[in-house]
Amino acid sequence: MGDTAIKIGGARKSVFKDKVMKLLPEGGNLNACLTCGACASGCPATGLDGMDPRKFLRMAALGMDEEILSSNWVWMCSMCTRCMYVCPMQINIPQLVFNARATWAKEDKPKGITSSCDMALRNDTCSAMGATEEDFEFVIGDVLEEYQESQPEFAEMTADVNRKGAYYFLNQNSREPVTEPDEMVPLWKILHLAGADWTYGTKGWAAENYCLFSADNENWEKIVRLKAKAVEDLGCKVWLNTE
Amino acid sequence: MYAEWIREGKLKPSSDWNKERQIKFTLQDPCQLVRKTLGDPVAEDMRYVVKAIVGEENFIDMTPNRSNNFCCGGGGGYLQSGFTEQRRAYGQTKANQILATKAPYCITPCHNCHAQVHDMSEVNDHAWETVHIWTLLNLSLGILGPNERTYLGEDLKDVDVFHPESEM
Repeated sequence: MGDTAIKIGGARKSVFKDKVMKLLPEGGNLNACLTCGACASGCPATGLDGMDPRKFLRMAALGMDEEILSSNWVWMCSMCTRCMYVCPMQINIPQLVFNARATWAKEDKPKGITSSCDMALRNDTCSAMGATEEDFEFVIGDVLEEYQESQPEFAEMTADVNRKGAYYFLNQNSREPVTEPDEMVPLWKILHLAGADWTYGTKGWAAENYCLFSADNENWEKIVRLKAKAVEDLGCKVWLNTE
Repeated sequence: MYAEWIREGKLKPSSDWNKERQIKFTLQDPCQLVRKTLGDPVAEDMRYVVKAIVGEENFIDMTPNRSNNFCCGGGGGYLQSGFTEQRRAYGQTKANQILATKAPYCITPCHNCHAQVHDMSEVNDHAWETVHIWTLLNLSLGILGPNERTYLGEDLKDVDVFHPESEM
């Protein structure tokens, strides 16, 4: 895109790309690029920070590890996987980006993401906004009572917390209980009318997982396992993610 | 889920509220739900639900869509990354798609998409409203109260209000 040509000094080893290839099924097809540019042409992140998905992959193939591992572009790609979807060779560029994020020192990663991850690790709720089990249970009960009274057709509506054996374990993005609790109610009413057998859990209710976005492998797994355990401990059959 | 419950007759939404108004709606296919997880079948289910609640003739698809859609730029931690200028440059691709439909409402069945598409509307002269499906499903069931309308535009604030006396 009008940039000066990249000059590479002699043969360099693609240490980073080879490392990621070992992690992925079929090596993520990272050596299969036809350089067609379908990825870059349909990527909303093309051009940001002078980078695009094809360029990122080609630089990895050329062993320009230092350049791509220091590029802020890995935080400007949302890992939406459209590049892989349109790629004739199904090359897993998003995983290359994820693993590039993972190589960053924590203090260099975007603070907003790492602090949300840290916050989620403070409580068993996994809430990136730091809502506690008590906060959550109080808000749910309070809002439910208010609506049972103000909308008497829904006096029998439930929003149970920690009810064992419910079919669905519903999670909730922290934003609703913390900043806009009324927004939870339309979904409760839908579940009530549909006769769904559901519960929230005080543990692991928060839908978000910022440790995944910060590519903190140890901690995103920790959070997923904590949430899965919360579902299993209540004996729920389906873990239901909200809109 | 919503589609299943409507097909089974457990939920009986009506689009009559929009028969005269003819307010148009477009739909964001969340990458996480569609391309990355359940694929085009869930995209079809969403369209079935949306058409049932706003009226078939009032749904306008973006192009490209379904598994081929453009990401809105809300995912992957973007909203918390601090790269606001880049996030909005990224999101303008989605904003232009929404603007091309001329629909005054964009439905976003994903929390990240909702936050990002809402923000992109703000930086595009508030060209559209950004709503969850649950809000419209309640509206079409006649059970949407006055305090559950934060994301509706002025044109729908007073339509079929359930228990208007409970307004706070």
